[in-house]
Amino acid sequence: MTDTSWGMLSNQAVGAAGVLYFLALIAHLVEWSALSARKRVPAEALVGAGAPAEQPAVPVDEDREHRVALFGRLGFLLTLIALAAHFVALLGRGMAADPHRVPWGNMYEFTLSGTFVVAAAYVVLYRRFDLHWMAPLVVTFVLVCLMIAVLWLYEPVAQLTEALNSYWLVIHVISAILATGAFTLGGITSAVYLVKARVGPRETGWMSRVPSLEVLDRVAYRIHAFGFPVWTFAVLITGPIWAHQAWSSYWNWDPKEVWAFITWVVYAGYLHARATAGWRGRNAAILALVGMATLWFNFIGINYFSTTSQHSYAAPAPVPSTEHPALAIQG
Amino acid sequence: MTQRSSVTGPEGRIPDFPGEESPEPDGQGPDGRRPGELNLREMLRWAWRQLTSMRTALVLLLLLALAAVPGSLIPQSGVDSLKTSRWQDAHTTLTPIYRKLGLFDVYSTPWFGAIYVLLMISLIGCILPRLRVYWRGLRAQPPAAPRHLLRLPDSSSYTTAEEPEAVLARARTLLKKQRYRIRASTGPATGETADDAVSGERGFLREAGNLVFHLSIILVLVGFAMGSLLGYKGGVIVVVGKDAGFTNTLSQYDDFDPGSLFSESRMDPFTFNIDDFKVSWINSGPKRGMAKGFKSELTYCQKADCSDATKYDLRVNHPLKIGGTEVFLIGHGYAPVITVRDGQGNVAYSGPTVFLPQNQTFFSFGVVKASAAKPEQIGLQGVFYPTFIMDDDGNPATLMGNDLNPLISMHVYAGDLNPTGGPQSVYALDTSAAKQVMNPDNPKQPLRLDMKPGQTVALPNGLGSVTFDSVVRWNRLQISQSPGKDLALIGVVLCLVGLLGSLFIRPRRVWVRARRGEGGTLVEVAALDRSGGGDTAAVVRSLVEALQKEKQS
Ligand code: HEM
Repeated sequence: MTDTSWGMLSNQAVGAAGVLYFLALIAHLVEWSALSARKRVPAEALVGAGAPAEQPAVPVDEDREHRVALFGRLGFLLTLIALAAHFVALLGRGMAADPHRVPWGNMYEFTLSGTFVVAAAYVVLYRRFDLHWMAPLVVTFVLVCLMIAVLWLYEPVAQLTEALNSYWLVIHVISAILATGAFTLGGITSAVYLVKARVGPRETGWMSRVPSLEVLDRVAYRIHAFGFPVWTFAVLITGPIWAHQAWSSYWNWDPKEVWAFITWVVYAGYLHARATAGWRGRNAAILALVGMATLWFNFIGINYFSTTSQHSYAAPAPVPSTEHPALAIQG
Repeated sequence: MTQRSSVTGPEGRIPDFPGEESPEPDGQGPDGRRPGELNLREMLRWAWRQLTSMRTALVLLLLLALAAVPGSLIPQSGVDSLKTSRWQDAHTTLTPIYRKLGLFDVYSTPWFGAIYVLLMISLIGCILPRLRVYWRGLRAQPPAAPRHLLRLPDSSSYTTAEEPEAVLARARTLLKKQRYRIRASTGPATGETADDAVSGERGFLREAGNLVFHLSIILVLVGFAMGSLLGYKGGVIVVVGKDAGFTNTLSQYDDFDPGSLFSESRMDPFTFNIDDFKVSWINSGPKRGMAKGFKSELTYCQKADCSDATKYDLRVNHPLKIGGTEVFLIGHGYAPVITVRDGQGNVAYSGPTVFLPQNQTFFSFGVVKASAAKPEQIGLQGVFYPTFIMDDDGNPATLMGNDLNPLISMHVYAGDLNPTGGPQSVYALDTSAAKQVMNPDNPKQPLRLDMKPGQTVALPNGLGSVTFDSVVRWNRLQISQSPGKDLALIGVVLCLVGLLGSLFIRPRRVWVRARRGEGGTLVEVAALDRSGGGDTAAVVRSLVEALQKEKQS
């Protein structure tokens, strides 16, 4: 296959993945609406009564249960297929460049990879952490990000400029994307924790499928605990090593670095909060969301707000550089 | 969690963390605090406790994150001095305020420093006692089983016809196989627990990981501080060719940014020349015309007589190390070789003139100052097109960065080029006291010299002439010493290793108690995970299963 046909394949695969995610979302919405129709007991009777959500108090409507399960499974299956298409899209991007390379030369590709990791992590952890309740949120998130990528971030396949052509960069970006994916999933979990803590246990609707606060807290912690060392590796080890090779100093206080550091510190705060009386639970969940906000601000915001960033994908070539010409003094 | 502290037991093996509500009997004894009787020592101790509490650490961490924000939004003079001064010129009201607050140099302001120094003190104050406790705990026994095992959140029980001793023996083997440390039997003498239970504990390395992690943070900071205090970073533009070159002394740098404890005596002696500079251009695709790769062929020597001349191909991402100094290729551009002859026919200026690229196409800007020219000084100011074309709209442009069709286009000034007599930038022409030379054919228009290599143009009014001899290239090099960087690297790697231990090793205590009861032997199993991330219910479940299964077989 030629480079251009790989590129076209990639574009088509992104489209296909988008449609499939959309269908998956519809399936989950049907599942969801079937759930909210599952009213047997007046909802108020249970709200705030402290009844654990697991209590099997409701007489079951077999038909409806069946539909809920069916659409839930259908949604997951569609997500799986979408994920495969998503993977083809990434592969195509990498193969279309000459020489072949990893698909993250610009924000379009980074978004493609990042959303892929979110979706993949969701699929991988689906069973282990019983994540079915997260389905509509994850699918919506991935779908929205893909749409943004296609509409606003799209760039044709291009070669990497030399500074970006380093295996340290490959390791750096893989780990950054992985951690971004994990933190995003963790953030979604923490957000659901906060919502659930607010509305209390529910017997019907989507909330009824969301596990207990304790479980949510633990799942969020586990996901963050995975993300944090990976992020540490990405921004405090491989990032500086690469920066040292490319720009001569391993830590520049460049805006991108500063925000990566801020994100790191906030998540360190999250881990501390979970071990501090009075901060566990709600406050820790809020911190997790703050962490996610800094993460995404760094990814999106800094590229637009800051022009000093050497990381700006808009100007990938480090050369020519005219950094300090005004300082050159004629004797 | 009250259960937690009760189970931690009087031995307090791995203590609950400062700031958690675990009661700390020491220092608050019965003679402790009566109001009004807080003497200085107690106050200090109280302050120290506050500072080293987990809650303070948390608040300080969040403060650090917050304090780092302004530095990413306001240009920093340590990061980009040019941009900072431009910003300051554009914001005349805010600048004095910001300057007072140190907002142009956030990361070295006292208030930023105060936060991380407090954090470090808090960290050390937190870690040292924990180290001691950990050391003691390493050799201590797993705690005895609490009296009411079934009150623990994750516990279970069953009855069996087996003898309690048999169950306990099996539990012991099972737990040992799973690498638990087992409490040696204490005998009935201790009273509180008879030998009716087995206590197991594992996951000691978690706390070790946590300690390594926090200690390594200090290591990283020491390394980082060494770099920023003792090291330096300098930039220099060196023209390609054997006539130019670089000697590593302070005066040769165009810009130089030393740490506050830097001393010139620590600079490595060396010299180098750039023999050749090669660029490979992208010839197709959307980035056509952009550069893809650069290679700067250097010859460097460390001995004064250059008897040790060594060649090195300097490329982006592949710095050259000479002693403790590293040389990086970070930029390149064109230096048209221009000769200016004055009205008397003497050469008033000659040599490669560094033009600064304005964008990716290497459309560049530069000036020539022929200060020696007589009767009047001659200044040139203009642009360089590496591959000159007229674009579709009839405007001059450059097709790409490669110098396939070089052209300079200069305006001419005559008069005093340095009226103040002070130091000047070589990249800017002060025309305040000079007059622009006009086109003799059309006096309303400034004279513009559009020249190709080899061309000479005579200036009007007997000012002299300008020759565009050829084009050479220059490289912008960053030269730096960063002592302590290996220490910092070792620090972060240790940090990560400690972190992995701290996050993924689950410290866990398990108890099995077997007692003769009415319907047979009552077996109680309970587990406790002190990390708050483990699934102890599953541990209990599988242990009960294993105990029961072994019996059947
Ligand atoms: C530079 C500042 C600090 C950073 C970046 C930091 C980071 C972290 C991280 C990421 C963890 C999670 C690892 C784990 O859960 O075991 C942690 C845990 C912990 N930190 Fe810190 N820390 C800092 C300062 C401090 C200070 C000043 C204290 C003392 C009050 C402290 C006490 C602890 C304790 C006791 C834990 C264990 C919590 C647990 O076991 O769940 N840390 N720290």
